[in-house]
Amino acid sequence: MRYVFKYLSDYRKESILAPLFKLLEALFDLFVPIVVARIIDQGIKTHNQPYIFGQVGLLFLLAFLGIAASITAQWFAAKASVGMATKLRQATFDKVESLSFAKIDQLSPSSLITRLTSDINQVQTGCNMALRLLLRSPFIVFGSMIAAFLINVKAALIFLVAVPLLALVAFGIMLVSIPLYRKVQKSLDEITRLTSENLTGVRVIRAFRKEKSEVAKFDAKLTAMTTLNEFVGRLSVALNPITYVMINLAMIALIWFGGQEVNQGQMAQGQVVALYNYLAQMIVELIKLASLIITINRAWACGDRVGQVLATENDLTYPESGAKPQDKSIKVENVSFTYPGAGGPSISQISFSVKPGETVGIIGGTGSGKTSLISLLTRFYDVTSGNLLLGGRKVQDYSKEDLLAQFALVPQKAQLFKGTIRDNLKYASSQASDADLWEALKVAQAADFVSSKKGGLDFELEQEGRNLSGGQKQRLTIARALVKKAGILLLDDSDSALDLATSAKLRQSLAKLDPKPTTILVSQRASSVMQADQILVLDDGKLAGRGTHAELLKNNPVYQEIYYSQFPKEKEGE
Amino acid sequence: MANKKKQQSNAQSWQAIGKVLKFISRYRLLLFFSILLAGVSVLLQLYVPIVFGNAIDQIVGPGRVDFGKITGYLGQIAVLIALSAAASWVMGLINNKLIYQTIQDIRQRAIRQIQVLPLSYLDSHSSGDIVSRIIADTDQLSDGLLLGFSQLFTGGVTIFATLVFMFSKSVLITLLVILLTPLSFVVAHFIAGHSYQMFRLQSQTRGVQTALIEEMVGGVKVVKAFGYEGRASKRFAKINEQLQEYSQKATFFSSLTNPATRFINSLIYALVALAGALAIISGRLTVGGLSALLNYANQYMKPFNDISSVVTELQNAAACASRVFELIEQEPEIDAVSLTGKEEKPGLTLGAGTVRLDHVDFSYTPDKPLIRDFYLTAKKGMRIALVGPTGCGKTTTINLLMRFYDAQDGDILIDDQSIYSVNRSSLREKFGMVLQDTWLEEGTVRDNIAFGKEDATDEEIIEAAKEAHSWDFIKRLSQGLDTELLADSLSAGQKQLLCITRVMLVKPPMLILDEATSSIDTRTEMLIQKAFDKLMEGRTSFVVAHRLSTIVNSDLILVMKDGQIIERGQHEDLLAKKGFYYKLYNSQFAKLA
Repeated sequence: MRYVFKYLSDYRKESILAPLFKLLEALFDLFVPIVVARIIDQGIKTHNQPYIFGQVGLLFLLAFLGIAASITAQWFAAKASVGMATKLRQATFDKVESLSFAKIDQLSPSSLITRLTSDINQVQTGCNMALRLLLRSPFIVFGSMIAAFLINVKAALIFLVAVPLLALVAFGIMLVSIPLYRKVQKSLDEITRLTSENLTGVRVIRAFRKEKSEVAKFDAKLTAMTTLNEFVGRLSVALNPITYVMINLAMIALIWFGGQEVNQGQMAQGQVVALYNYLAQMIVELIKLASLIITINRAWACGDRVGQVLATENDLTYPESGAKPQDKSIKVENVSFTYPGAGGPSISQISFSVKPGETVGIIGGTGSGKTSLISLLTRFYDVTSGNLLLGGRKVQDYSKEDLLAQFALVPQKAQLFKGTIRDNLKYASSQASDADLWEALKVAQAADFVSSKKGGLDFELEQEGRNLSGGQKQRLTIARALVKKAGILLLDDSDSALDLATSAKLRQSLAKLDPKPTTILVSQRASSVMQADQILVLDDGKLAGRGTHAELLKNNPVYQEIYYSQFPKEKEGE
Repeated sequence: MANKKKQQSNAQSWQAIGKVLKFISRYRLLLFFSILLAGVSVLLQLYVPIVFGNAIDQIVGPGRVDFGKITGYLGQIAVLIALSAAASWVMGLINNKLIYQTIQDIRQRAIRQIQVLPLSYLDSHSSGDIVSRIIADTDQLSDGLLLGFSQLFTGGVTIFATLVFMFSKSVLITLLVILLTPLSFVVAHFIAGHSYQMFRLQSQTRGVQTALIEEMVGGVKVVKAFGYEGRASKRFAKINEQLQEYSQKATFFSSLTNPATRFINSLIYALVALAGALAIISGRLTVGGLSALLNYANQYMKPFNDISSVVTELQNAAACASRVFELIEQEPEIDAVSLTGKEEKPGLTLGAGTVRLDHVDFSYTPDKPLIRDFYLTAKKGMRIALVGPTGCGKTTTINLLMRFYDAQDGDILIDDQSIYSVNRSSLREKFGMVLQDTWLEEGTVRDNIAFGKEDATDEEIIEAAKEAHSWDFIKRLSQGLDTELLADSLSAGQKQLLCITRVMLVKPPMLILDEATSSIDTRTEMLIQKAFDKLMEGRTSFVVAHRLSTIVNSDLILVMKDGQIIERGQHEDLLAKKGFYYKLYNSQFAKLA
């Protein structure tokens, strides 16, 4: 929450002026009953028409002043709250983009998106309401009370009893029901999830004949929610009648005491009316205050969720200016890695080294640790133990820019962004010329389909590149990495959507690159890694074998199994 | 034209409201009392200020206070407020019950409906849409409709009663108020028109921004790997500044509504004070009367504003109602599985497990025939493979076997019993099914494996997991079998292994595997294949596969194209034919030059 105040403090002037003008408006409101009292007690009693006109003129004046003050206040409140939210959003966005993957996984991307969007919007609304009303309502309540004291001390004592009692009841019921509403919301989420499960899993449910038990499960949750709903409902249903009775009892008391005071000549009839009006005004404000507090309460919770992101300490830090790479080599020394919160290690005690310009294939089954290894090389995560050296230095010794400059990554998921093909290719190097782009496209076997697209490089991709096929997306992500012309090229299962012939052509043109980058090629296909200078076989996070295709095929059982599962003919033939 | 359309949709919304009323007809007594009590409490609440006014009139000046009368009035008030509070309390309780019971009734009906709807309906409607009908629309409907009615009614009563009470005090002042009221509407309308434009721009810009956030957060790996953070931040800032401008204007304009209506109200208040004061001087009104009139003038606007918002809310609720009823009134499939346990048709008695498809025709849409004249006899224990390009009808054949869809012509017989003459449940009981789409429910790993056999022991579960080669990863999960599966905690391959384990546990008489190992690496696939081979021994099975390596040992391979079987036979024969299968096979295993 302190972050909200931090960014609000950039709008100090506005956030002070908004409530001030609101108070001014409230002050004008408070004068109204007094003026009406004077009309009754002085104007009517003495049949003084000019006086009455004067006082009514005053009422008009108060109305005009009121709306002027109010509009000014709304303007400042809107400026401060929207401005605060804008800065908060930018700061949170920048923070998210700077977080390590371990932290992003922990906070979960979908939750981060919610925090950046709806949570911050809620904070904005809450802040706006608070600036406008948080001071106004209590001010009117206390102002009315003071005005009452000025009119008649004895009658005002009624206020002194009624107001706290009323507040106590209203806030008491609210305090009890807020956590209950949260529970209701939670069970509604549950019901939503069950409904959605029943739809997405309809075939499985029907195949396993679970219709009845699914209905029973749903019914149980639903009835529990209804019971909870009715219980919370009964609480809030009581609020209105109770406050209504309390207010009117106060009014009865007021008339009774008022009557006695007037009878003794201590008060005039108009003043009784004024007190009556003040009481009515206070009630309206108390009700507003109650709903305001719910809004603020919700905004506060959202603010905390956003604050949690901003307060997250980045566990991956880079030295400001660090070592410079000596060459394009890679050395992995006894590296183990466990994902934060995972039960067991994803990589255990792996060692290998790659000479500059060499091509290394990494092969292994689902969950064998191939992608994790790539994530360690790029320092998306830090190793749990062991050393990882790029260009002869530990990855931790490089500044962020120097580390990033060394490698180009083609991630497993072909992630493209909304924008032209050109925008997407120039992700790493905004300076690249069109000739550079076409060259990369040719190597990535993408030149043909790009030039056949309307506009070529100017072809607009939709969000996530939805208007391309899987293979086309994959080739563009390869081209994007090539445009970077980095010393080390990391391909994480990036030919899975290509047919065998295209994939072979791709590898041939990669091999002809000059200068030749050190290449790490991760794949599930034996055909993709067969020609590599060395092949690492990963199994269950461990290095199960290392060598050339011929060596491994001869004496590595894991590699043999993988190979023969993909080339069954040869086993029989030879 | 547009007008006609509008009329039509109006008629539809009335129809929908009628349906809701019918649906809740068993609560009609409650509804009646709710409305009655609403009327009572409003009338009482409106009458109270008059009595207060009368009481104030008895307080004239020093020594001129009639305490006897005041006591009488105050006693009256006490009774009135007690009655009014009681009425509104009971009304609240009734509404509470009415709303939540209706919601529950609708949702219970809906979840049952989902179980019996034809898959053609569910496949052609997005699940998000159906969920929002059952959750959001149902809430809106009951809230909006029930409260809407009661507010509409009380609003009407309030306005009517207020006018009567005000007329009884002063005709002139009442007319003055009635004449000035439209002013407030005009102002509110004017402001709403202007802020609407800004709100639209605001939500458009928010949409653009959310899209960017989704891309930059979802693709954060690429953003970081390419050092794009700085440019991402700049792009974000640009949209953010635009949003700030629209948002500020939208917030400001919309927040003018309240002050503006309050201003109009203040003007009316002042005029009533003036007219009232002058009327008192000329003896046509009392001070208490003025107090009551001022009080009414203050709250007179509220029901008007309420009613205009209630009308929008009612329209909205009616739209929701028609969406909800469209779902729950949908015709269920024929021979739908009974949820009460009493099936109309007899069960399927399994003999040897011979499956015969007898000249089956089927299409999803009448104008596009898909499967034509499909015939096949699968004898006991045979392993049938279905191969062919995407959209050739492989999965459709599975849909027909499981009776997810019904054939339009021809018959499917299992041990000489037509599957259309037995109940669906007993048919599905005989098949174990693994689909490419790996659906798991939210729950523990154990719950998911035991999905088809709730009383399975841990030993049985672990045994099945070992057979399906899922035990390796399960035992490494932080809580083993008790690990809660959340949305994305498993990889696609691991999910598929769990789906296979689920079937391994049940050991069904016949098997259907539709791309059951598509997300699993080839080596694990081979291991699983062995387990399947063991499981399928002596069982009739149908396998759809993309990777041909998994089906080369089948007893019969059906090569499908455009809904028809173009080649059938065993692997070696089909290869020898050098036809479509030969081409398909070689495109997957081509040796590289």
